Amino acid sequence: MTKIAVTVNNRQYQDDVEPRTLLVNYLRDHLNLTGTHIGCDTSQCGACVVLFNGMSVKSCTILAGQANGADITTIEGLAQGGQLHPLQEGFWEQHGLQCGFCTPGMILSACNLLQQNPNPTDAEVRHGLEGNLCRCTGYENIVRAVQYAAAKLRGAEPEPVEPADV
Amino acid sequence: MIPAGFDYVVPTSVAETVRLLQEYGDEAKIIAGGHSLLPTMKLRLAAPGVLIDIGTIADLRGITVTDRISIGALTTHHMIATSEALHTACPILPECAAVIGDIQVRNRGTLGGSLAHADPAADWPPVMLVLDAQISLIGPNGTRTLNAEDFFVDLLMTALEPEEVLTCVDLPTLGAGEGAAYVKLRHPASRYAVVGVAAYVRFAGGKVTVARIGITGAGVKAERQPTAEALLVGSDGGAEAIAATAAQSGSTMEVLGDIHAGEEYRRALINVYTRRALVQAVARAGG
Repeated sequence: MTKIAVTVNNRQYQDDVEPRTLLVNYLRDHLNLTGTHIGCDTSQCGACVVLFNGMSVKSCTILAGQANGADITTIEGLAQGGQLHPLQEGFWEQHGLQCGFCTPGMILSACNLLQQNPNPTDAEVRHGLEGNLCRCTGYENIVRAVQYAAAKLRGAEPEPVEPADV
Repeated sequence: MIPAGFDYVVPTSVAETVRLLQEYGDEAKIIAGGHSLLPTMKLRLAAPGVLIDIGTIADLRGITVTDRISIGALTTHHMIATSEALHTACPILPECAAVIGDIQVRNRGTLGGSLAHADPAADWPPVMLVLDAQISLIGPNGTRTLNAEDFFVDLLMTALEPEEVLTCVDLPTLGAGEGAAYVKLRHPASRYAVVGVAAYVRFAGGKVTVARIGITGAGVKAERQPTAEALLVGSDGGAEAIAATAAQSGSTMEVLGDIHAGEEYRRALINVYTRRALVQAVARAGG
């Protein structure tokens, strides 16, 4: 067994884990934080993205042991005081999801993107989310959701919701 | 998918890492970012008995630029892609780093890990070849330094001995009259190179004096193209010379076909991407 001490969503945990435990399984099975999803399990789809010391990573390709001492944020840690994070609000307002399976990973990747580039172009949003796959939305509303959050985080008024042409 | 069981040790120094490698021998495998090793372990293509996690050895992480460039083995692709110093000193390095995988992979994956894994479609090896990188390895008998060309041996095989650890890569800064570029056709899902080509040129008196071409994604390992390179040396580096050089690129190399691209298509890609890489390298060299 390996001893780990990690901070997840501002709570500290100390655990003994089997060395082969993947971070995503530690989060889901040991801490019951099942908002982090397992999709492809081969570091391609991005459903398992979490923030690791503030940077987006694919938690299916990290050992829990490698997270010893790290500060992890999962989707459960974004809302503060019952208030949705601007990205969560954006995905809600702009219909950035259908089935929702990719959404936690999308939001955490977008978090990392907006920290590095608070005022991205649509193309930069798409490029920043290239490590996340969505099989429902065609990405249009995901880009709108991220731009909504970007505007809100910059203190600007988000674009009003316009129904997409059908 | 869960890897087979293993013991996990976390050394705090290179010396301790070497001692652990001596203790565990063939059973042991070093893990850095884990983005090459863990996928193979999850598929049970690798099942090391002991994982030696060097990820916390701070000495191995970082970029130093003086008259040469030194990059520690644990430096992530993202650190290289966003290094202002490297954008000035050797722009092909951040250019290559920025097209590896996706941002999540670049946040974890390391230069040393990629080189030690030696994937036949990895982006770094051809860049190391054309820059004539010096790769430092530390083992029980001290440090030895290998040219990139001597480091890559075969499919997933390097000159790294079982008791050695790759610690750093030493590279030149590019000056006036020198230019380098890396271009690739990326596989849309894995983002590995279907074919990738790195090129380096040096000009003196309006003529090409040094030309180097490195190809990845096409054979069992990244390879230089001496026959094609010789065609460019002594030329003015113009469109005709580049076309003649690109046409010979890959000609002496064994090129593999797979479900993504057959041999004939890969050879065509090599020619096109060699031309593109040379055009950019020559432009950057001011040729």
